[in-house]
Amino acid sequence: MSKFAKKKDGDVPAVSTASLPDIVFMLLFFFMTVTVMKDSSLKVENVLPNASEVKKLEKKDRVIYIYVGKPTREYEKVFGTEPKIQLNDKFANPSEVGDYILMERAKKAQELQNVLTTALKVDKNANMGLISDIKQELRKVNALKVNYTTYEGDAFRNLE
Amino acid sequence: MARRAGAPEVNAGSMADIAFLLLIFFLVTTTIETDAGLDRMLPPIEPPDQDVVIKQKNIFQVNINKNGQLLADDELIELRNLREKAIAFLDNGGAPQGSPEYCNYCKGARDESSSDNPSKAIISLKNDRETKYSTYITVQNELVGAYNDLRNREAQRLFGKDFTAMEAEYLNPETPSSVKDELKDKVKRIQDLFPQKLSEAETSTN
Repeated sequence: MSKFAKKKDGDVPAVSTASLPDIVFMLLFFFMTVTVMKDSSLKVENVLPNASEVKKLEKKDRVIYIYVGKPTREYEKVFGTEPKIQLNDKFANPSEVGDYILMERAKKAQELQNVLTTALKVDKNANMGLISDIKQELRKVNALKVNYTTYEGDAFRNLE
Repeated sequence: MARRAGAPEVNAGSMADIAFLLLIFFLVTTTIETDAGLDRMLPPIEPPDQDVVIKQKNIFQVNINKNGQLLADDELIELRNLREKAIAFLDNGGAPQGSPEYCNYCKGARDESSSDNPSKAIISLKNDRETKYSTYITVQNELVGAYNDLRNREAQRLFGKDFTAMEAEYLNPETPSSVKDELKDKVKRIQDLFPQKLSEAETSTN
């Protein structure tokens, strides 16, 4: 009888979990590849204004970022409280913007060099004087396509 | 003598746990976001070869002072009324019927002292160095909104679709190229009806 006793009917065999690590690794690699680590940490306050007529900024590889705003608290002592320009990881003067754009442009692939957009991420409390200086510098290096990066929302909330 | 076995097998049971841990880390840190904002073209720095003479009535002058007050065509107005004003100016179509500049799709007041044709109408924006950026963006937003409202109206009339929706679809990289080619003509056509002429450089008038 023992010959038959082994067969226990009704018992579901355990599901093999041997492939679980493979599946998880697959997911892991997916997220590892799509993750974009921030390459520059913000040293300025950057609360963007709101706008409703926005267009999406597709294709990150065609964008050069310029940050403008008041230095954050830890840099306040050294750089003061007036709005400053941040290029990559350091503060800069308006006169350095042109060189920065040329440098960033040279890093991009040849076919992208003519379709670059400059994204201006400017704090809502900055003054237009500084922005005008930046725009003038951008015109000098022929980087005419700009995008004033904003949040999506009611533009009149800016005035409060 | 017992034969020595190879290296003992490593227990891989915890591999899944480790992988899960890493997976959760990357899940949490991933931000798949796209920035959005107002697209603008700056004027090239080289001045045009010859001076272009623009009639005063075809220019809509917007000045923002450092307190965020707005002067549109020498009139102090509220920011909330700017879009309305801009639309009235752009859509005016003041050129008389029969003249080459006559605008047959304009629905404005046809006031002779305002713009002749949307393709002639220029909005000139000037700001103080101490104007706040947020005010400037609001003004920009309203002016772009005025153009978009008018373009939407024409796109609805001609194609039964909003211009902004068509343009977004055209710019979306996932749109198949066959649809894109078709959209390109439509988008171009609407853009030609109301070309965006928003000048921020110094414009001299006479």
